[in-house]
This record gives sequence, structure tokens and C-alpha cells, in this order.
Amino acid sequence: MSVEVASQKTVPDAAPQGLDVRAVRLDFPALHQEIHGHPLVYLDNAASAQKPQAVIDALVKGYSKSYSNVHRGVHTLSQRATDDYEQARSTARAFLGAEKDEEIVFVRGTSEAINLVAWSFARPRLGPGDQVLISHMEHHSNIVPWQMVCEDSGAELVVAPIDDRGQLDLEAFKTLLSAKTKMVSLVHISNALGTINPVKEVVAAAHEKGIPVMLDGAQAAPHGAVDVQALGCDFYAISSHKLFGPTGIGALYGRYEHLESMRPYQGGGEMIRYVSFDKTEYNVPPHRFEAGTPNIVGAIGMAAAMDYVTGLGFAEIVTHEAALLDYAHQRLSAIPQVRLIGTAEHKASVVSFTIDGAHPHDIGTILDHQGIAVRAGHHCAQPIMDRFGLPATARASFAFYNTLDEVDRLADGVGKVIDMFC
Amino acid sequence: MSDLTSLYQEIILEHYRKPRNFGALDDPSFEAAGHNPLCGDRVKVSLKVDDQGKVSEVGFEGAGCAISTASASLMTESIKGKSLQEARELFSRFRDMVTGKNEVGDHDLGKLEALAGVRDLPIRVKCATLAWHTLQAAIQGEAEPVSTE
Repeated sequence: MSVEVASQKTVPDAAPQGLDVRAVRLDFPALHQEIHGHPLVYLDNAASAQKPQAVIDALVKGYSKSYSNVHRGVHTLSQRATDDYEQARSTARAFLGAEKDEEIVFVRGTSEAINLVAWSFARPRLGPGDQVLISHMEHHSNIVPWQMVCEDSGAELVVAPIDDRGQLDLEAFKTLLSAKTKMVSLVHISNALGTINPVKEVVAAAHEKGIPVMLDGAQAAPHGAVDVQALGCDFYAISSHKLFGPTGIGALYGRYEHLESMRPYQGGGEMIRYVSFDKTEYNVPPHRFEAGTPNIVGAIGMAAAMDYVTGLGFAEIVTHEAALLDYAHQRLSAIPQVRLIGTAEHKASVVSFTIDGAHPHDIGTILDHQGIAVRAGHHCAQPIMDRFGLPATARASFAFYNTLDEVDRLADGVGKVIDMFC
Repeated sequence: MSDLTSLYQEIILEHYRKPRNFGALDDPSFEAAGHNPLCGDRVKVSLKVDDQGKVSEVGFEGAGCAISTASASLMTESIKGKSLQEARELFSRFRDMVTGKNEVGDHDLGKLEALAGVRDLPIRVKCATLAWHTLQAAIQGEAEPVSTE
């Protein structure tokens, strides 16, 4: 299971058995309902994905059988909860391909992970004249935390350009790496465009100059196996809710020597070793970064989601989603009024589009009335919208439980929008 | 799709395709900008008031969805010839209609009632009221762009 996301479009050597999508769909209770009298077609997975019964069961079990606080009590339930919570850390470690469990910090999600790295790792290393390098295709959560630490430190935020297809200009990116660059943070897969970035090359280029790299993996984790050691990155962040797990939990991978060198992000219980009014001795990573009672059952639910996805197999998922993406491109680009936004060579199953004469908000409402859930808006990536001169796009984002029939429903729905507006 | 056709009535689609009073006025008595951060829509409203205190000219510009554009267009038609106080009262009744505070048909809002279907879509109420909020900001002399959030 160490297929890299970057190899999304290539057919694996051993032909996968193929997903039994009909059976997979039965695992997701939310998919089986009608919206406005039509069977739901859920194509808003990049915003948040639906949950399999295995995750729902893990949450119910977590709260009903083995719930207590972690790392404190001497009683049996506390021990059970601690074991399950730490087992979840181990599952996340394996899922991300990290070397040791201590390199996994539980966080609220990708946003918190990036904020944590920005303030605890980058901020003490930044001063006037230094630079932080990101790209033009970042989600707001990989822009704003860096703006905040730059403002605080006098450093400068530098933005690498993208081309008209929504691909990183890798040569320009490399040129921007300099002695001033103290940190690189890049999205692995763009939520608004679907672009899969050449992150391995980016990491190698930055490391050649001794610059640490953080990767925002919120959209990458649901679409392909992640191997942080193969990528070589210093930090990698994911959100559980986009990975078919519960909300309010995510994981930050950080190389242990970095985590060990970092100051705490928040103070509180759990993150300390010894407290007196004169001096507090901080706990070791990862607990140093987990102040307060954590989202215990959330972590257990996220681990259940990781087990579920791993059980389906990323080779199968990648193949199925590539077929969905190809067919969606084919159906939508056959409609003259449709413009696809983001046509990178390496792309995950995210399709942003506009329709001449129809605003994305109206597209979203009219599709919803046909039972089709898409996102309409700026996708928390306003600089991308500005780059393409658009206020917003409509976005259909596919998961492994979507079908080719649902692509047809989308394309037919778009046809109805055009009938009404154009 | 029946509730959809009540939302996107022909009058709304027609005002979306051919908005009335589109464009900024030269030398307006009042003007303001509005922004809906949810969808990125922006609108500017400008108006002139005659010596009777009535709206003599009104214009709007910006790019938005069908609901917000049609609402802005219908608004400009409906406030012409009205005093600023009457325009405010009209907004108040319009807002009550799109937020579902009154029964449909109780509004006496004429063409504006074409937007009553928005009451079933809370997320789109901001689209329907963006131009009106901007108008109110213009009258009150707000210097900063008004936001629906």
C-alpha cells in the first residue's frame, strides 16, 4: 500500500480486483436517502465525506463500552480508553507511513496542524528579511497562519505562481527557494482544482537548500496512499472528516527531531511533566502538543476510518476514481457552455467548473433540487478564484463510493441548468 | 422541480438576463458597496434624491447570481419615486417576506413577491437581500463596504 498519490493516473502493475462499489455504498447509511424527491448524489466529498457504518460503530462503542479520560486513571476504563487512543495513534502512524508513533500529534484538523507548525516550529526560526514560501493554489488554512507568523516576525510571505491549467510552476518555485527561505508549505492536492502537486520533487529541491517542508494533505489522504518517509517531508497534516472519519480530529506528522525541538503550542494538562509556580517542565512529543483532554473517541473513529479505507485498498480506489474523473471530464467538456477550471495533467477526482450565463450559486441550487450535492463558492481559496478571474465555481468532488451513473446524473443536471438559464 | 420553478420564476430569470438600472450614477447623492463573502458576490448601489426627498435615479452594478441580480434590479424599480423612509420600510417588509416572517400574499410588495420562494432556502436569503443591505448602507452613509455576514 505504498502507491504514491502522484502516481494516481498510472495503472498499477498488479491489476486490482476492482471495487465492488455497490457493496461499498451499502456501508454508508447517509448515501441512501432522497433529496427533493431524487436519490441523493453526493458530490461534495472535498468539503467533507460521508461516514461508513464501521466509523459510526466505533464512535458508539467508544462512548458506550470503553470511555473514560486517557493517560490518568488507574482504573480499568481509563486504561481501555488510553489503549484505544494510543492504538489510534499507531494506526495513524501506519496510515501515513511514519517511522514511530511519537511522530503523530492528534489535532482538531489540518488547519490546527498548520497553525501548530507555524507558531511552534516556524515562528522562532523567523525574523525580518526571512521568507516563507507557499503556492498560489493554497487553501486559506495554508495561507492565513503563515501570514500571521510573518506579520508577527517581520518575515515575508512569498507565493509561487501556477499556470493556466492550475499546475504549480515548478521552475519558478525552485527559483524562489533562497537563503532567505526558512519554511516551505505546500498543498499536496488542491481542493479547488484537484491538482496533484509534485511534492516529492518540491521536498527534494527545498531540502537541497536545507529548507523544511510542510505538506497540507487534507485532500490527498482520501485519494491515495501517503508515505511521509518516501515523500521526505518534515510535516504532513490531514483531517479525519475528509477521510470518512468524524469531525474535530486530524493528525499532524512531524519528524521526531523537529517535534522535540519545538515549543508547546498550547499550555494545559497532559502537555506537562512537572508543574510548579517557578517552572514547568514540558512533556515529550507528541503529548507536549496535546494540551487538555483530547478528542479521544474522535481519534478512535479516525482510526476506524483509516482501517476501512486501507481495507478497500488504495490501488482499487485510485483506479475507480480515475475512471470517474475521466468520465466526468468527458461528459462535462462535451457541453459547450461548461468551462472546466483546473485541468492539470496529474489530477485527483475534483471537477471545478463554471457555466456561461449561470452563476455557481444558481447551479448549486438547481442541482440540489435534482438531488445532487455540489459545492458552489470560492472553496476557501479566494486567490485561486482571482487567478482565474472568477468570483466562484461549482465543484463536484468524487469519492470511491460514487458511480459512473452519478456522473451521468451530474451531466444531465447541468443540462437542466443550461435549459433554464441559457 | 416544481418548487424550483417557483424560486426561479420567469420574472427573476428575465431581470437576471436584462437587469434594469444597471450601472453607476454620476454624482450620486448616496452610494455604497456590498459584499457576500459566502459566494464572493459584490454589488454597488448609487442613488440620487430630488429636492422633494424622493429617489429620482438609482443604479446598481456588480456580478452575482440570478437571485441577487434580479433582486437588485427589482429593488431599483421599486424604490424610484419613494422617499428614503419609504425605501427603508419597503426593505423591512421585503426582509420579512424572504425570511418567512409573514404569510405569502400578506406583503403587498408587487413584483418583489417573485422572490418569496427564497424563504425556503435560508442560505440564499443573503443573495436576495445583498442589494437591499447595500442600499441601506448607502442611505446611512456607510464608508466601509457592507457585508452579509
